[in-house]
Amino acid sequence: MSADLKQLAGQLRLKALELYKMANAGHIGCSLSCMDLMIGSLVRQKRPTESFILSKGHAAASLYTCLNYLGEISDETLLTFYQNGTTLPAHPAPNKHAGIPFATGSLGHGLPIATGIANANRLMGQDDLTFVLMSDGETNEGTTWEALHFAVANRLDRLVVLVDRNRLQGFGYTEDILGDSAAPHKFEAIGADVTEIDGHDIPLIIATIDTLRDRRDGRPKVVVANTVKGKGVSYMENRMEWHYLPMSADLYEQAREEVLQAYPQP
Amino acid sequence: MTQYPYTDKKDTRSGFGAGMTELGRTNPQVVTLCADLVGSLKIDTFIKENPERFFQCGISEANMIGISAGLTIGGKIPFATTFANFGSSRVFDQVRQAVAYSNKNVKIAVSHAGLTLGEDGATHQVLEDLAMMKALPNMTVINPCDYNQTKQATIASAAHEGPVYLRFGRPVIPVFIPEDMPFEIGKAITLNEGTDVSIFATGHLVWEALQACQILEDQGISAEIINIHTIKPLDVDAILASVKKTGCCVSAEEHQVNGGLGESIAHVLITQYLAPQEFVGVKDTFGESGTPDELMAKYGLKAENIVEAAKKAIARKAK
Repeated sequence: MSADLKQLAGQLRLKALELYKMANAGHIGCSLSCMDLMIGSLVRQKRPTESFILSKGHAAASLYTCLNYLGEISDETLLTFYQNGTTLPAHPAPNKHAGIPFATGSLGHGLPIATGIANANRLMGQDDLTFVLMSDGETNEGTTWEALHFAVANRLDRLVVLVDRNRLQGFGYTEDILGDSAAPHKFEAIGADVTEIDGHDIPLIIATIDTLRDRRDGRPKVVVANTVKGKGVSYMENRMEWHYLPMSADLYEQAREEVLQAYPQP
Repeated sequence: MTQYPYTDKKDTRSGFGAGMTELGRTNPQVVTLCADLVGSLKIDTFIKENPERFFQCGISEANMIGISAGLTIGGKIPFATTFANFGSSRVFDQVRQAVAYSNKNVKIAVSHAGLTLGEDGATHQVLEDLAMMKALPNMTVINPCDYNQTKQATIASAAHEGPVYLRFGRPVIPVFIPEDMPFEIGKAITLNEGTDVSIFATGHLVWEALQACQILEDQGISAEIINIHTIKPLDVDAILASVKKTGCCVSAEEHQVNGGLGESIAHVLITQYLAPQEFVGVKDTFGESGTPDELMAKYGLKAENIVEAAKKAIARKAK
């Protein structure tokens, strides 16, 4: 990975850790899991007229830190995360910032919404991509499959569904809850164009989206990105409890040090 | 009393279909979605004339609501159409998150509301939808009373910026609202002026209220009949003005009394002008299979029930 992307992946992780520590809040593992996907898509690939929906709204800090990096959320506003009267609650609130036009976090809403956006763009003859980032646990929701059928039937090949497949959901391994509901062949069976990648390889994420951007074959694009929940902090990695836990002062310091080690900052 | 002669009987859903046909010809931003109930919603002409502006969602109402919300981003005005139970209780979280809270310009247009769905039975006879929808911030809730008013409400919904729940029904009933009667969202219509009791009616109960008015007049009682087509925002001024004149009222709706129009009116009266109120509506029970007329009689939603309620309200007025 190029030094600047690696540095950015570390910089935004540190910012997210800082926000969660300040708020004494959970959902850290969820944000670290999808941070590289967010950088590859929202930060590096999304064009100004394109839409990005974070369907797994509980990873809000990853969205806020990326939008902050893009200049859409000020440093001052970012620090109000979780506070009374904030525009940046634990789950994204709609219409407070240009980059967040829909309420998400109640799972299973993002894909139908993004499908509608992609359909609107098709109607208007626009070539814009519509990105939606889902969790693998979220694919338990039936709307995933309803929306995908619609997207296939309407040939929405400008829809890019990014699935953060960290194999852990709220209270267990996805495999143990309902089986692997985000397995690539399930999307393929419906007629999507599926690419399975390493969800922490940012250059690969960017290159994959480049390829999909040029593939106008009528098939909606699904990127099943294999990820590690809590990526970058050893004690959080692949640990279900870091869906919820806040960090103690010691653990916060350890997390910062590990991120600095793994993602060197200038 | 003011007479409302009619020469035709039609279903309100056909009024919706006629409104959509007109919108299809006049407003290129209007798009329509349906969850495999095209024939029931009477939108065939819209689809035939604007095939590129119609989206078949199949039997997946939750997805249809989300797609409708997404479709608004470039200025499109989506009408998501299905039966009332599938457009409300089945998809309440989608409506709450993606439409109401996200404040998108989506019109949820639903047919087959209430008992008058008839023989299909209680599974489909939603009687709780107004309660759910009026509880949502940002949501406008409209329940028109005949073919002409439903057509007007459909066209007005497209012109209104923001989420709308537009509810209509299946049975064929008199077309009594004159085509040229002005229609404005949130503005109640006084169909008959009276002095002894105010009758606030919505949907299919408006025609029953007019019949009740005649019966009452024959017995020497002067009833004011007010058509509340917009449940939310409620025309508070019209309600207060009428009750201040008559001193009591009846609410009449094809809906549970719990959470319906009647409770909205009671809220106005309890906070601003105390007066006796009687409730005509379904009393905390599910429906059942039957002809629309039989069901309306069995569940107490006919003109005679309104007459009885009016007399009770009048009797409760302070002497």
